[in-house]
Amino acid sequence: MLNNYNGLAQPLWQNGPTPGEFYNFTGGQAPIQKLPRELTTAGPYGTKHSTASITTGSSVLGIRFDAGVLIAADTLVSYGSLARYQNIDRVFKINQKILLGGSGDFADIQSIKRSIDQKMIEDQCCDDNIEMKPNSLAKWMTRVLYNRRSRMNPLYIDVVVGGVNKEGKPFLANVDLRGRSHEDFVVATGFARHLAIPLVRESKPNDRELTFEEASNLIRKCMEVLYYRDTRNMSQYTVGVCSAGNCAVEGPFQVNENWSFAAHIKGY
Amino acid sequence: QFRNQYDSDVTVWSPQGRLHQVEYAMEAVKLGTATVGLKNKDTAVLVALCKPTSELSVSQRKIIPIDNHLGISIAGITADARVLSRYLRSECLNYKHSYDSTYPVSRLITNLGNKMQTTTQRYDRRPYGVGLLVAGYDEKGPHIYQVTPSATFYNCKANSIGSRSQSARTYLERNLNSFLNCSDDDIICHGIQAIHGSLPTDEHQSKENSPQFNITVAIVGKNQPFKILTEKENEKYQKMAKEKGAPAGPPRTDDDDDPRPSAPDQPDAGPRDPQVVVTTEQR
Repeated sequence: MLNNYNGLAQPLWQNGPTPGEFYNFTGGQAPIQKLPRELTTAGPYGTKHSTASITTGSSVLGIRFDAGVLIAADTLVSYGSLARYQNIDRVFKINQKILLGGSGDFADIQSIKRSIDQKMIEDQCCDDNIEMKPNSLAKWMTRVLYNRRSRMNPLYIDVVVGGVNKEGKPFLANVDLRGRSHEDFVVATGFARHLAIPLVRESKPNDRELTFEEASNLIRKCMEVLYYRDTRNMSQYTVGVCSAGNCAVEGPFQVNENWSFAAHIKGY
Repeated sequence: QFRNQYDSDVTVWSPQGRLHQVEYAMEAVKLGTATVGLKNKDTAVLVALCKPTSELSVSQRKIIPIDNHLGISIAGITADARVLSRYLRSECLNYKHSYDSTYPVSRLITNLGNKMQTTTQRYDRRPYGVGLLVAGYDEKGPHIYQVTPSATFYNCKANSIGSRSQSARTYLERNLNSFLNCSDDDIICHGIQAIHGSLPTDEHQSKENSPQFNITVAIVGKNQPFKILTEKENEKYQKMAKEKGAPAGPPRTDDDDDPRPSAPDQPDAGPRDPQVVVTTEQR
């Protein structure tokens, strides 16, 4: 017993709450949810699983246009500040109607992508031509990610889910590691949230959706800005397009770098 | 029904390759009052005949809403139906919570069929003694499914289960070709006319001229969440159905529930799976 200096003394009470422990108020009617042993056991030297991410993907940017969505991400997975894996696709085609762009801990992205792929295979096994819709996937991910964060074992990811539903109406949402999600015509993760979203919002006309050309130009511009300003980005990127007739990940593209302005910067 | 040494346990096969307990469970469906399900291009309709067990009691609820896009009509043991509808409701709600979308009808029925099958293969369970007609609407259009205690389900263009349902099935067979393109009002009238034949003989004759017999009608379809029609709407449609013409089908005998005579080379014939004569859709 903690801080018990007198080994012979009786405890002050039995079967009651113990300071620091979880007290089962239901008295055994409903079993307590115990975290599995691998999550609660301390590792060697008393270490516990951490919520830090190890290999990370940087920003993902998603833009909705009149007929579909575009999702762009660079092809870099960093190891801290080391640009470790430089040719990784971070935009995935999930099925004919859904694209997923993943940022954050890349192992967690791969892990959840495997679960999603298994779901798609189950859909195919039903053999009834019913495909999962992007809003359903986004909702499912919020439920899973929220559950993980509530168990203090998050998937350290920030994703963009986009696509079109059965009638061809575009859908674009962002889901993060806390299970927060929101839908908008432009969503982004990481640095793109700060740098790209204001850029896109400024260019969007008030009364109508963007066209495919406008959206593509915006993607190009934003990836350029992100390459200049985000130190964990690189100049190569892939873009996923999803519209009613077509769903594919295209690339890799290169940012049009132009470092001539560097010469004008004093003290550089 | 034939009592023999192979019918006490659902896990015992008879030498003819039959599970008698399952077949006896299907007899329970024939004890319930009739119910009819049919659909047109955009709407699925359920019509159920409500007959109270005694003068003193109110009639049992035959139509149970499950979700906005789906409802069932039951024939057989009401308690079993309650358990199944609780399961279906729970599944639909969980699906909606996880996927922000309504449960596709075909998948829900497959799920239910799998659950019901376990009761036909375990020594400590018994089959559910209730038959369901499921009316649902999803992205693939309107659906009518028949689910039997043997855990088989049939995707139907129209169907009818319960006691004296054969005359309803005959009506549906005869008018099948007109269902797909008829209006919503017409399809409800067809349902009412179909079930008219399943009234018990004395009511059938005496109430020829008074159109209000005790039925429940429910519809679900495109832009139409599952809804049980009110008394006023009921009256309106019953009147409409009466004006459309005499109910189809000649008067029939009471024990017409077995749609076919037993095959001659099977001495131990007994009850058979309800033959869905009409109405199973080709995939």
